[in-house]
Amino acid sequence: MNQAIRIMLAKVGLDGHDRGVKVVARCLRDAGMDVIYTGLHRSPDEVVTAAVQEDVDILGVSLLSGAHMTIFPRILKLLEERGGQDILVVGGGVIPDEDVDALKKMGVKEILLQDTPPQVIVETLRELVDARGPR
Amino acid sequence: MGGPLASAALLPRLYAGEGAAIARMLTRAEAATPEAREALAEIYRRAGRAHVIGITGVPGSGKSTLVGKLTRALRATHRKVGIIAVDPSSPFSGGAILGDRIRMSELATDPGVFIRSMATRGSMGGLARSTQDAVDILDAAGFHLILIETVGVGQDEVEIAQASHTTIVVSAPGLGDDIQAIKAGVLEIADVHVVSKCDRPDSFRTVADLKSMLAMGAVLSRGGWSVPVVATSSERGEGIGDLVSAIDRHREYLHHSGALRARRQRIAEYRMLKTAEDLLRRRFAASRAGRVADLAERLAARELEPYSAAEELLNSAFGSTYHE
Repeated sequence: MNQAIRIMLAKVGLDGHDRGVKVVARCLRDAGMDVIYTGLHRSPDEVVTAAVQEDVDILGVSLLSGAHMTIFPRILKLLEERGGQDILVVGGGVIPDEDVDALKKMGVKEILLQDTPPQVIVETLRELVDARGPR
Repeated sequence: MGGPLASAALLPRLYAGEGAAIARMLTRAEAATPEAREALAEIYRRAGRAHVIGITGVPGSGKSTLVGKLTRALRATHRKVGIIAVDPSSPFSGGAILGDRIRMSELATDPGVFIRSMATRGSMGGLARSTQDAVDILDAAGFHLILIETVGVGQDEVEIAQASHTTIVVSAPGLGDDIQAIKAGVLEIADVHVVSKCDRPDSFRTVADLKSMLAMGAVLSRGGWSVPVVATSSERGEGIGDLVSAIDRHREYLHHSGALRARRQRIAEYRMLKTAEDLLRRRFAASRAGRVADLAERLAARELEPYSAAEELLNSAFGSTYHE
């Protein structure tokens, strides 16, 4: 049976702005995906526990606070520890261009910055899941 | 990574309560992967120990928040709690926003709690097609209590009562009068009524309406169980302890009265029939292909009437063996 892509959208830490992530949630829903939103101010521990329980294809973390270089490594390490290493981690929000490569090297699959059109977000996520294959 | 792990290989890890293995099995149950069927059969044979609690009510009645508070209180009794939270899929795109977890954040890192969100995917009645498979998986993984939170329901979605041992119907104050309370439908399925948001001044009326409905005898066919009305306020943390004891009293009642056996039988029967209907529907969808458009055109042109069009469709799908 053809299964919808499952994605969790998370806001981690002190960042209190979620207008953007809600718009993304809505456009992914309209693209036929199952979107789980965690709400604001979650810790990496909470987000990773939820992502593993929900067995999402993708964990999308939106960050506007500048804490990305601390939070992404923490999330990737926890996913590894909890058996969620096949969950694809994608970043979004306000992240300086010069950090993008470093984040990808760490294991973040893609960084979708604030000016990415909705259709590109949808296509990128679909391609990532296709490339991963069945699990 | 050498391709997907066989479902059978997940089982020992699942029985040991490992989160990632439980989660993957839930995904496969939801996808109805043929490969997972034998593993699910083994899980079914093993399950049957957990007490299943259904929680239903209108959208915005505070179900998710209540589930969060209730689970916290149940955890104080050292029982492991599995939660299945169902939200609706879009009838247009098929996508869904699953937001029940937001209201349960206080449980986020408790290792004795497992929360899974599910989308309805076009299934009516308030549950998803694979909700009961999910119950078995959590049961086999060692969760003592399993809470199913339905989608926000209207008046008629009563499927939850065919899936749970204890059914809780949540009503919020201000949504109707005493006539609403005596209508047939979802209010009748409650083993326990909850009136949420009891910090609001008009909540006493909702409690009174429900109590007088119960006194009127609309639900007297419940054997020796008299349905309680529990007033809760998630905001103030009131009434949650009363709800825990109402659930435990109902569980005791089911055990001692022998009603549990009857209820298990009812759940099994419903599930078998539903699965059979599912199979029939899928077979019908596959075999009617190519016949629908033509018949619909003749029906729209009023050359046919609906009943004979339907009969003709069934005949062409299942052969002339179909007769009423």
